[in-house]
Amino acid sequence: MINNDSQTILDVQNLHASTQGAEILKGINLTVKSGEIHAIMGLNGSGKSTFAKVLAGHPDYEVTQGTIQFEQHDLLALSSEERAQAGIFLAFQYPIEIPGVANSQFLRLAYNTVQTNRGREELDPLEFDDFVREKMKLLEMKPDFLDRSVNEGFSGGEKKRNEILQMALLEPKLGILDETDSGLDIDALKIVAKGVNHLSNKDNAIILITHYQRLLEHIVPDYVHVMEAGRIIRTGGKELALELETHGYDWLHNNPKNSAGASA
Amino acid sequence: MSAVLQNLVNQPYRHGFVTDIESEIAPKGLNEETIRLISAKKNEPDWLLDFRLKAYQKWLTMSEPSWQNVHYPKIDFQEISYYAAPKPKKKLASMDEVDPELLRTFEKLGVPMHERAALAGVAVDVVFDSVSVATTYKEKLAELGIIFCSISEAVQKHPDLVREYIGAVVPVGDNFYAALNSAVFTDGSFCYIPKGIKCPMDLSTYFRINTEGSGQFERTLVIAEEGASVSYLEGCTAPQFDTNQLHAAVVELIAMDNADIKYSTVQNWYAGDENGIGGIYNFVTKRGLAKGVNSRISWTQVETGAAITWKYPSCILRGDNSVGEFYSVAVTNHHQQADTGTKMIHLGKNTRSTIISKGISAGKSNSSYRGLVRIAPTAENARNFSQCDSMLVGNQCGAHTFPYIQVRNHSAKVEHEASTSKIGEDQLFYFAQRGIDAEEAVSMIVNGFCKEVFQQLPMEFAVEATKLLSFKLEGSVG
Repeated sequence: MINNDSQTILDVQNLHASTQGAEILKGINLTVKSGEIHAIMGLNGSGKSTFAKVLAGHPDYEVTQGTIQFEQHDLLALSSEERAQAGIFLAFQYPIEIPGVANSQFLRLAYNTVQTNRGREELDPLEFDDFVREKMKLLEMKPDFLDRSVNEGFSGGEKKRNEILQMALLEPKLGILDETDSGLDIDALKIVAKGVNHLSNKDNAIILITHYQRLLEHIVPDYVHVMEAGRIIRTGGKELALELETHGYDWLHNNPKNSAGASA
Repeated sequence: MSAVLQNLVNQPYRHGFVTDIESEIAPKGLNEETIRLISAKKNEPDWLLDFRLKAYQKWLTMSEPSWQNVHYPKIDFQEISYYAAPKPKKKLASMDEVDPELLRTFEKLGVPMHERAALAGVAVDVVFDSVSVATTYKEKLAELGIIFCSISEAVQKHPDLVREYIGAVVPVGDNFYAALNSAVFTDGSFCYIPKGIKCPMDLSTYFRINTEGSGQFERTLVIAEEGASVSYLEGCTAPQFDTNQLHAAVVELIAMDNADIKYSTVQNWYAGDENGIGGIYNFVTKRGLAKGVNSRISWTQVETGAAITWKYPSCILRGDNSVGEFYSVAVTNHHQQADTGTKMIHLGKNTRSTIISKGISAGKSNSSYRGLVRIAPTAENARNFSQCDSMLVGNQCGAHTFPYIQVRNHSAKVEHEASTSKIGEDQLFYFAQRGIDAEEAVSMIVNGFCKEVFQQLPMEFAVEATKLLSFKLEGSVG
């Protein structure tokens, strides 16, 4: 929700980023405040996922111009793990499988690492077990999930639920959900959406990256941005997503009102 | 390879120091005179001298194996000194009399053996260079009739046992390095578990090479009589040197009816520096004979060191219903090369074998699994399961698998599974995005990968192995 007394969590100015010599992001401007949910839409190859990875500090991408401020700090000065510890969370489009590493082990290490860096108490394995099982209920996950290897042999729905579970554990300031709806059936989508809505509050913010209006029926955004060729070419309210769903992306080029720019 | 991986891999060897103890070193070179010198120094009976000379004659007719997937400059066997012994200041009756310098070395290595042995219930037969210095817990073991001592001592005190079994599993002419070992071995361990006795503690030996340029030729013999069982631990560290050191050990295990021998190794010989200079050549022959019905031989190894590893702990399953197991983790980094695996020779009926091999290659290293499963015509209903997994860290290393399967009995059931995986940027980024740095990520991934093998190790050894692996791979990812 949009609040008048909200704090700026993320401030992106003129962001340019390249990988292997090719410029993918060509001047993104975006401001995200606490309590807000932003949706970023756009065709394949428009740079949405790249933007998400750049925010999270993926080593394959080089920022060539522009600035990113995260809670008044220079985000670009931080390594990817420092960003995670500072409160940036990326729910992956394709969560990575880690054979041999039990979920419980992985989740506990992630949780305790982040807790320690925020000056809070770690949980021992028994305490953590109680804690994580409580969170799992939110996402209707089976208990045996904890003993299985991270994402190995998971269905698409299980992988995405695992991402949201991690978000629930790590309590980020900014959650970036990269096509979390892709590959989900409607039941799984509802569970994931319920989880995200539950986690959204006045102190944090969420960026949803998606192709489809479908997700936005369940998680209602305050702003919708459309990306094309590495820029945000249109920003509007939640109704913009509906118009795109009805008319397709070409419609934007025929209706160049309110073009480009910053939100809020 | 990223900078993070590089830093992780490039940690110096932590056990690189040389203890200043006067060594008595034989002149370089190998001939009958050298062998007679060794035998005389050790006051050996004639039959053992004959054993050595026979092996030497065999060795002269043999040539170095060249089929293995490793590369190194030719070894000049006349440039090696075949005998080095710390000069004892006097006869040692107890630990208190052990050279304090030597004890400090063990402290540095984290092996305060007197305390460690007492606290952990581990009897440590410490081999320092080639001469056993002290043996603890011997008396307790003796009450049960268990013999655990240096092989030199066994030759003096239990000559009939040694004479009966030495060379019974690995004959003097078995292979080039085994023949060399048989000719010149200076010491090693001897373990005998009498009928029906379950050894109440893990028996442990720490090996250490200390004299630059001296070859190490350890000889180990473990015998479990009918219904006996024993768990034997072997751990290695070595100081840092620039010249390559040859290590050619022979280990023989013999299990009678219903006997059980579990042999675990954590190997951390000096691997050479990050440019591949120096390091131990570890050319080892290890073989167990499951001689009796329902007997079991189980090898577990965690190979992390040595510039070159050439090693195939094997099982000959002669007794009906006997079981052979091989659990292995081999880690190579920098310029290390490893060609390791096992041989499971099924002779008896209903014999079963399991092979679980995990190879991890980092840096510019190369790791090969080489394994033979042979089902003889006599081996009715034999079963084998093999699983060989390789993991690559970075993109300059190599992993290879050479399985050999020979089945001569139609009732046999042989399964082989193999996989190759890679610690990729994407995995590390996933960890990083959850706040976990590359070093911890690699450690977690690798330990997960090796879990099935580590589960086979005795508890304390498993903890050590886990640490060792993480440390070995530091700097290898990024």
